[in-house]
Amino acid sequence: MEASAIIFYAIAAFILGAGVLAVTTRKIFRSAIWLLFSLVGIAAMYFWMQVEFIAAVQIIVYVGGIVVLIIFSIFLTQNSGKEMPKTNWRKILFSTLATLFGFGFSYNLINEYSFTPSTQAFNVPIKEIGRQMLSPTDHGYVLPFEVVSMLLLAAMIGCIVIAMKSPEQKAAEASVTETEVHTTGGTVTIISKPEIVEEV
Amino acid sequence: MASIPLSHILFVSTALFFIGMYGLFTRRNMITMLMSIELILNSVNINFVAFNKYLYPEKLDGIFFTIFIITIAAAEAAVAIAIIINLYRSHKSIDVEDATELKW
Repeated sequence: MEASAIIFYAIAAFILGAGVLAVTTRKIFRSAIWLLFSLVGIAAMYFWMQVEFIAAVQIIVYVGGIVVLIIFSIFLTQNSGKEMPKTNWRKILFSTLATLFGFGFSYNLINEYSFTPSTQAFNVPIKEIGRQMLSPTDHGYVLPFEVVSMLLLAAMIGCIVIAMKSPEQKAAEASVTETEVHTTGGTVTIISKPEIVEEV
Repeated sequence: MASIPLSHILFVSTALFFIGMYGLFTRRNMITMLMSIELILNSVNINFVAFNKYLYPEKLDGIFFTIFIITIAAAEAAVAIAIIINLYRSHKSIDVEDATELKW
């Protein structure tokens, strides 16, 4: 067994181990960290396959962007030290059976099909990626490039719209704070109290 | 490099896909379900790059599909987290079982 094969199996074991821990651990913050390890392992796999550009994009976008976003949202919404409630054993049993069946079924199909690898060397010059990305000719990707840029714009505006408070919400909040103490005929009556959310 | 057959790489990506699937089945917290979806998308990316490398090394189509999937995954994660945080504001919970109505 040569060194590159050993490195491949080590990376594969790392990815799968971190992935399994990410979906089974009961502390949500640890789950995010295991996901991070799994994504770094996948970047290492891209390095092993000699597509350095994709590996760099993977690290920048996933590790630097998405995982940080997920950790942010965990801190905003969760009590991150607390354990999540246990899943009941029937759900675990049947999900395991379903996924094992699916895995066996698909891997059986993959194994039966004999792929004949091409003997040509594979190298990805970044210059070629950039040229093909913006070329309008037969194998160019300028149309998907434009569509994806529209998608990113739509996602950005969508995020802002979702996070923004609607005008009615704003007006309701303002009126609650202003008319909290309402005076009628010299007697002071409290009409509405701001709701106090109890921390349990 | 050539010592690893393509089916071993496909084993890793298939296993990762079904690990993500297991997470999607068992988890009830929306953020952890989002993490499972990220694992599934990554397994697809590995497939694209591996097929490109082993079967069609003279082309770059798998690379481009991977780049576009990564872009769309980033947009999807951003929108999903915006929705989750908004849901947390109104329901004080991000459990999928608690989100039973579409409009609040």
